[in-house]
Amino acid sequence: MKRDFTIAIHHLPRVEGHADITITVKNGKLLDARWAVVETPRFFEVMVKGMSAERVPFLTSRICGICSISHALASIRALERAMNIDPPDAAEKIRLLAMHGETLQSHALHLFFLIAPDFAAAASILPLINSHPDVIKAGLLLKELGNEISTVTTGRCTHPVSLVVGGLSKAPDQQQLIKLRDMIRERKPALETAYSFFRTIAIPDFKRETEFISLSNGSSYPSIGGRLVSTDGVNRDENEYLAMTNEYTRDYSTSKYTRLSRASSVAGALARFNNNYQLLHPKAKEAAASFGLQPVCHNPFMNNIAQLIECVHILEDAEELINTLLDMEIGEIKRPYTPKAGSATGAVEAPRGILYHHLETNAEGKVVHADCIIPTTQNNANIHDDLRELAEQALKEGKNDREIEKLCEMLVRSYDPCISCSVH
Amino acid sequence: MKYQGFSFNKLKIASFDFTCCEGCQLQLANRESSLTDFFELLDIRNFREISSEQHNDYDIALIEGSVSRQDEVERLEAIRRQATTLVAFGTCACFGGVNSLKNKFPLKESVTEVYPCMLIETSPIRKISEIVKVDLFIPGCPVNKEEVERIVVSLVTGSLVFLPKYPVCVECKAQINTCLFELGEICLGPITRAGCNSVCTTGKTPCLGCRGPAEEINMAAFLALVTERGLSQDDLREKMAFYNAFEGFTNYEA
Repeated sequence: MKRDFTIAIHHLPRVEGHADITITVKNGKLLDARWAVVETPRFFEVMVKGMSAERVPFLTSRICGICSISHALASIRALERAMNIDPPDAAEKIRLLAMHGETLQSHALHLFFLIAPDFAAAASILPLINSHPDVIKAGLLLKELGNEISTVTTGRCTHPVSLVVGGLSKAPDQQQLIKLRDMIRERKPALETAYSFFRTIAIPDFKRETEFISLSNGSSYPSIGGRLVSTDGVNRDENEYLAMTNEYTRDYSTSKYTRLSRASSVAGALARFNNNYQLLHPKAKEAAASFGLQPVCHNPFMNNIAQLIECVHILEDAEELINTLLDMEIGEIKRPYTPKAGSATGAVEAPRGILYHHLETNAEGKVVHADCIIPTTQNNANIHDDLRELAEQALKEGKNDREIEKLCEMLVRSYDPCISCSVH
Repeated sequence: MKYQGFSFNKLKIASFDFTCCEGCQLQLANRESSLTDFFELLDIRNFREISSEQHNDYDIALIEGSVSRQDEVERLEAIRRQATTLVAFGTCACFGGVNSLKNKFPLKESVTEVYPCMLIETSPIRKISEIVKVDLFIPGCPVNKEEVERIVVSLVTGSLVFLPKYPVCVECKAQINTCLFELGEICLGPITRAGCNSVCTTGKTPCLGCRGPAEEINMAAFLALVTERGLSQDDLREKMAFYNAFEGFTNYEA
């Protein structure tokens, strides 16, 4: 068997953004395992300076094409907290619904377009349209539902229109909400079809103990705002985001790194699951049990299953949110405000994990300083450390270079990295 | 591929992303109810975001994003050599997009602010047409998938590809929206090319001009309108600069 080899994956396919994986083995020993983000930075933290608060969420949403709603809402939350603006209750509920739409869309994209081909020996979703028609149909029904929830709540599925500082510029009407609720109810069976596929896939047997970071509010599964917690017992206020992240750079990566209690830690669906399992909808807990997923799970490949479990939770919780909205008088959707100087952090659970925007305004309401810390940035160190351990384990098991290459690709994809977002 | 007795060839297409958010490519995977039919029209040769299978024998290249590093220039030039039709796909590719806001700030200071302890290669943002010849522009932040579907069908059938020449106002009026100028807001709808179905103004937020200038716009009248109504010139400048789509107030050929 070949025991001297280099695996060099340039611009890893089926992930968002550009990054390389390098694995070097000499005399059967692992010399180097590297995760290097090579994406071009865009300098959003600079671009936002001098911009009026009301326009900022329209700019920061452009950090990411997949989680634009999360970015808009992180900025909005930071600005509302900085300028003491209290958005109306209905607007807050509609924002939560929008977050559900985005996460469902993002998880469905990841599960069916990006990782399903790995488990069905295909290069992309395209051959699966014929080989697994029911599974792909179910995936598209769920993804479309996610996009529809986002469209009804924010005006468009990518780069939201009606999420504004102070509340919403426009709210969905009752007819739209009723139609959306019907659509959610009709599409629940698609989850069963998804289970049937994901139950058959061979999840690699790998674990490396690490620290999981997410939001937590004690009363509902986290989405917008809350305490910053970790499985190592850290529990901090939302504004203390710097103490949670401790950003640093490595010269081979345009995406930064973070650390908390250990050298590496994880954000994302599995981190939310591990920290907030008790707050999942009973049906989501049932589904988790059927996949043998329990907190605290340290297998990064199970992030895929955690995403599927979150889809179950989202469909149930979105239906309940719509019922609440239908029962209440929507009335006021935007609180008028006077710009003022201030600074605050807005933390949200983007589909791929905890996202921080810290913004400072001056008396005219113009942003003078910005800092954005992206979930994938918070996963870089863990991806890097996992790659090394996974490659070592695979070498011990006698796997060949092709097998190790595939495993490493699958590992990185399991994190659902959002690379251009992480470089921003 | 046959339709009503005529036979058509699938488009040998590739999709590449440069400095951007990848939101425009994502639209290619949206509109799920027509997605399998849409894919039927395409022979996807290279599309890294969704496929590990990559070939370099494409005819049509979709380019998403703007250019901010030398390796991107080289990659783009190589794509130009292969593609018979090179498409600037989305606002960043067509105009530079929001990325261009970076160009207002001194480059060195920007790098030091974001990466205090690291050397980073970055150049001022350039749109695709500043580097290579562009055959077709599809603007939008993000692109409107319905419009993309229409253009793809035109390319498959060899019929004329066109974008609406009229401004967003036409689409906005058809939706019976209250004009945002009546609500005291500057909106770029009167000068921006339609084709988005006035999605922003229908959501009661002003048009920021992501699709660039409509054809034969009356910029003088538009600027006079802002002045007559006593609206903020700062706000006007911020909106006009947002996507870099009104640089020199000139039209571009679609």
